[in-house]
Amino acid sequence: MNNENKLKFSNEALALSQRMIKRYPEGKQKSALIPLLHVAQAEFGGWLSSDAMDYVASLLNITPIEVYEVASFYSMFNLKPVGKCVIEVCHTGPCWLLGSDDIVKYIEKKLSIKAGQTTADGMFTLKTVECLASCGTAPMMQIGETYHENLTLEKVDNIIHECRATVVEPVSHWSKKEIK
Amino acid sequence: MGRKLLTENINVPGIQSLDVYRKHGGYDGLKKALGMSPDAIVEEVKKSGLRGRGGAGFPTGMKWSFLAKPDGVPRHLVCNADESEPGTFKDRYMMERIPHLLIEGMAIGSFALGANTSYIYIRGELLYVFHILQKAIDEAYAAGLLGKNIMGSGFDFDLHVHCGAGAYICGEETALIESLEGKRGNPRIKPPFPAIQGLWQRPTVVNNVESVMAVVPIVKMGGDEYAKIGVGKSTGTKLISACGHINKPGVYEIELGIPVEEFIYSDEYCGGIRNGKDLKAVVAGGSSVPILPKDLILKLANGEPRLMTYESLSDGGFITGTMLGSGGFIVMDEDTSVVKNLYTFSRFYHHESCGQCSPCREGTGWMEKVLHKILDGHGTLEDVDLLWDIQSKIEGKTICPLGEAAAWPVASAIRHFRSEFEEYVKNPSSIKKDNHYYRLNNISPEVA
Amino acid sequence: MPKVTIDGHSIEVPEGTTILQAARMIGGDIVPPAMCYYSKLKTSGGYCRTCIVKVTKGSEKDPRPMPKPVASCRTTVMDGMEVQNTTAPDLLEARKGVVEFLLLNHPLDCPVCDQAGECHLQDLSYQHGLAKSRYEFKRREFEKIDIGENIKLHMTRCILCYRCVKVADQVCDSRVHGVINRGDVAEISTYIEKSLDSDFSGNVIDVCPVGALTDRTFRFKSRVWFTNPMNAHRNCTKCSGKTVLWTSGDDVLRVSARKDVHGEVEEWICNECRFEKKEKSDWTIEGPRHIDRKSVISANHYEVKKQLKIDVSNQKSIDERAHNN
Repeated sequence: MNNENKLKFSNEALALSQRMIKRYPEGKQKSALIPLLHVAQAEFGGWLSSDAMDYVASLLNITPIEVYEVASFYSMFNLKPVGKCVIEVCHTGPCWLLGSDDIVKYIEKKLSIKAGQTTADGMFTLKTVECLASCGTAPMMQIGETYHENLTLEKVDNIIHECRATVVEPVSHWSKKEIK
Repeated sequence: MGRKLLTENINVPGIQSLDVYRKHGGYDGLKKALGMSPDAIVEEVKKSGLRGRGGAGFPTGMKWSFLAKPDGVPRHLVCNADESEPGTFKDRYMMERIPHLLIEGMAIGSFALGANTSYIYIRGELLYVFHILQKAIDEAYAAGLLGKNIMGSGFDFDLHVHCGAGAYICGEETALIESLEGKRGNPRIKPPFPAIQGLWQRPTVVNNVESVMAVVPIVKMGGDEYAKIGVGKSTGTKLISACGHINKPGVYEIELGIPVEEFIYSDEYCGGIRNGKDLKAVVAGGSSVPILPKDLILKLANGEPRLMTYESLSDGGFITGTMLGSGGFIVMDEDTSVVKNLYTFSRFYHHESCGQCSPCREGTGWMEKVLHKILDGHGTLEDVDLLWDIQSKIEGKTICPLGEAAAWPVASAIRHFRSEFEEYVKNPSSIKKDNHYYRLNNISPEVA
Repeated sequence: MPKVTIDGHSIEVPEGTTILQAARMIGGDIVPPAMCYYSKLKTSGGYCRTCIVKVTKGSEKDPRPMPKPVASCRTTVMDGMEVQNTTAPDLLEARKGVVEFLLLNHPLDCPVCDQAGECHLQDLSYQHGLAKSRYEFKRREFEKIDIGENIKLHMTRCILCYRCVKVADQVCDSRVHGVINRGDVAEISTYIEKSLDSDFSGNVIDVCPVGALTDRTFRFKSRVWFTNPMNAHRNCTKCSGKTVLWTSGDDVLRVSARKDVHGEVEEWICNECRFEKKEKSDWTIEGPRHIDRKSVISANHYEVKKQLKIDVSNQKSIDERAHNN
């Protein structure tokens, strides 16, 4: 990548980062790593490149490997580019009981991709994920920070349609409006 | 109607906000607590008999009294809001709807423990709840309920919310602490226990959201009064997350001690099985606990009704019993494939294994693969025995309880539903295809 | 001083001693095997679970047995504690399970692995393993990578003991490699190509219990049991200079640190000694290195005929066991 060292948080994100770091005692700034990686993912297009991770390491004054170790451990961090909307369908037991497998198959067919893949236009990535604590409102899926619950095929149609119509920038878990 | 201690005001419009919360008695518990001595609060919690609501059921007051208090070393209370156990969604429901109850509980608990800075560790996927909590914390700071000299008591208290990023294992308290330190969520090898060396090597108590919230009514009503609710060592109320093939899924606050049958069939709670179907099996305390078939979940081995208590649910050990666990109550109707349901659980534990110790790292994936083979129609009877052997070699050999959590569902499914495994092996055409969505909604997949 | 009894052997040990250390003080067959614990690395141990033992009596004060097997490397001895290792059949069965888990995804490419002959996993599987694997699925594989010009990482063989990570943290100046991903796809990696450029990075090779980290300067040069290990030293400004030369005729094929009876390094050595001093003239040779471990290295060794006998008898018992299985 030729934009090395050019990655930088917006002023709002920088200010937020500083506030977060201050939540932990002196010398324990590493505690802010996971929150900062969420911010980085929101700032840098929905995924974490090694440059993005190196940048977070520099903000916290820790070594890059400490960031790689953590970023690769947690399932919410994407270490490869993803579509603008990442559709995360829960497929653990309670959701499965209410038909999540059928929901996944339906979306796969609708978007002509398999779970784990991104549509050719870069709009959608479909992921199956493990329990999101929404078992009472199963089946469900998450896009960005939003939980879509009690899914029906019609609801899925509407959500996908709305994403196509409205989403311009990548939608990350930590929404941009929260950074501002 | 049972008594509601935590959810009494949950449906009050605007209860999310500080104003409405205070109008309904909010922060009266904190005010009362600040007028007590910290040890007296611990004593009330002990008297209440409150047991950890995250799953293990360890007495909260006891846990608090174990906290080391060396001079000059800060202590911390950390709230475990990493709710990820399949079948459990009570903490999310509560934090989203009544965030100040958690903040009040954290303030009381921290005062009792002498912790001036505390943290709420919330799972990363719930970032929207993170923002709800943050907003509530900001309100509380502005009202002098957090920060320096709270409510004029002389007690300084800072509360922060911290988000994870997708890892079930961070619900294990030492993994949670590691994660809060900005590391991989690898459980620590105990001892030392967090009460001695926890967050940043400081004495730390980690409590589940519901446990922290329960401290508020306990302080308000007194430990003895709280202990009057419930049966025996199962005191107070418990939030049950009910899901699966029931008419009314949701979070229910129950008085510990009601019969399981009432909980499933009464209109006050689950409202019976969907589509008029028969009950097949229940996983009563989150995916980790043993699954029980209909006859054993409704009745004890001796024929008496099984009750919603720690003791009654575990009556009979693992031969005929299960556990209350986190209160994640998963109900399955007669058309459910127990083997396929188990497969989704095994896949879950495989996905969530941190990979630190070998039995869990290697064994969870192995069990998933063997189950997949059986569901693919290529299983043998030896595979069922192999599954049993693998789970027995994981159980009790791992650093943290994820090993048991992965092993128990497999063991109990084989114990109670062996014939279903064998049927799949002998007659692969009997393997049920998914189509739950179409089945439950009475539509044909072809139409869709 | 607390007194502990392991398989009927009692010993008094200093406060804070672990069960494994106490067992090592007693010595002999009762010492539990350890794949991840390393006495010279702080916070090591607890991961592999091979050293589990059964505590049948917690202490004089609290005699209750411990409910589950415990990792002997991380469990401190209490006064009056009673421990079973080789005398508890259920514990041996449990350990067999752990060994099976460790071998589950291990490639068993011993014939082409430089570690063969001095591999702790090999020894462990001979002693405790099953003759046949019950795993019938595809084993996980990783690309081989070079960590700098002298160290080869075969992640496929790794058992995630974390020792090399701790060496980098505690012996080297900085760490550029670590454990990434999680669960059974966790791997030792630098994530992006980086080399371990510390003077002491070569020690990761010596602590690796398997052939995951090997010496590229020795790669495919010889099987270890065909070499003659010699104690040697040189004046080194960075380390003690005390090493073992693995020689063949006049050639120095490999230089390693000296290891004790438990297979642990006695003193860390520097990369210059390890990778750059490959002439006999660089060294003062002290004499043959005694290989104490029951290892195949000793089998063809010019020095120890007696050892050969032991190995042969061992071999028979292994065959018998394989037959019985």
